[in-house]
Amino acid sequence: MIAEIVITALLVIAGVFGLVGSWGLVKLPDLMTRLHAPTKATTVGVGAVLIASMAEHWRTGGGISFHELLITLFLFLTAPITAHFIAKAHMHRKVAAAELPATGSGVAWAGQDGARPAGAAPEAASADRA
Amino acid sequence: MIPYALGFAIGCFALALALNLWQVTRARAVPDRVLALDTMVINVIALLVLYGIAAGTGLYFEVALLFAMTGFLSTVAYAKYLLRGDVIE
Repeated sequence: MIAEIVITALLVIAGVFGLVGSWGLVKLPDLMTRLHAPTKATTVGVGAVLIASMAEHWRTGGGISFHELLITLFLFLTAPITAHFIAKAHMHRKVAAAELPATGSGVAWAGQDGARPAGAAPEAASADRA
Repeated sequence: MIPYALGFAIGCFALALALNLWQVTRARAVPDRVLALDTMVINVIALLVLYGIAAGTGLYFEVALLFAMTGFLSTVAYAKYLLRGDVIE
């Protein structure tokens, strides 16, 4: 009975989080804010679904299965990498180098190698691009 | 109690998929579309696992795992292409 209640709660939480993540994707104004919605909410949603699946498998007498843990681990490892790459592509295409804060070193922001900071050798930046 | 919650969760994720599809067609910038497609992959993984619970088989976990891997690889490859104009330099 308690297992049933826990599984039901996890499924409802998962559904709400998945919906909120995708709704945020539609509603938020620009890409940098939009990144928050799916990478946080949807991974929590999928995590809750996977825990519910593990609990259901255990409840119906199949023992604890570790496939779900594998998917959870994979998603939790890859979601930040995906978000980082999309943010990088967005910065590369849309954000001018002058709008970004200083990096505090002689190197420009990653993805902004065309715009070199003051004092950097021009050949280094253009060689990177070739 | 569990079948109702399953139906609710499947409905939520189906609606989320529809919202993502709308976002793919609506977004103007390419990284926006890539982000929407990546979210679609995550929602499809959730739907697959939910269907696995409903059907009572463990077959769909392998499908979900493969889907997670291809989704991650395609998103990273697309972002890399947008960044560098090439996937493998």
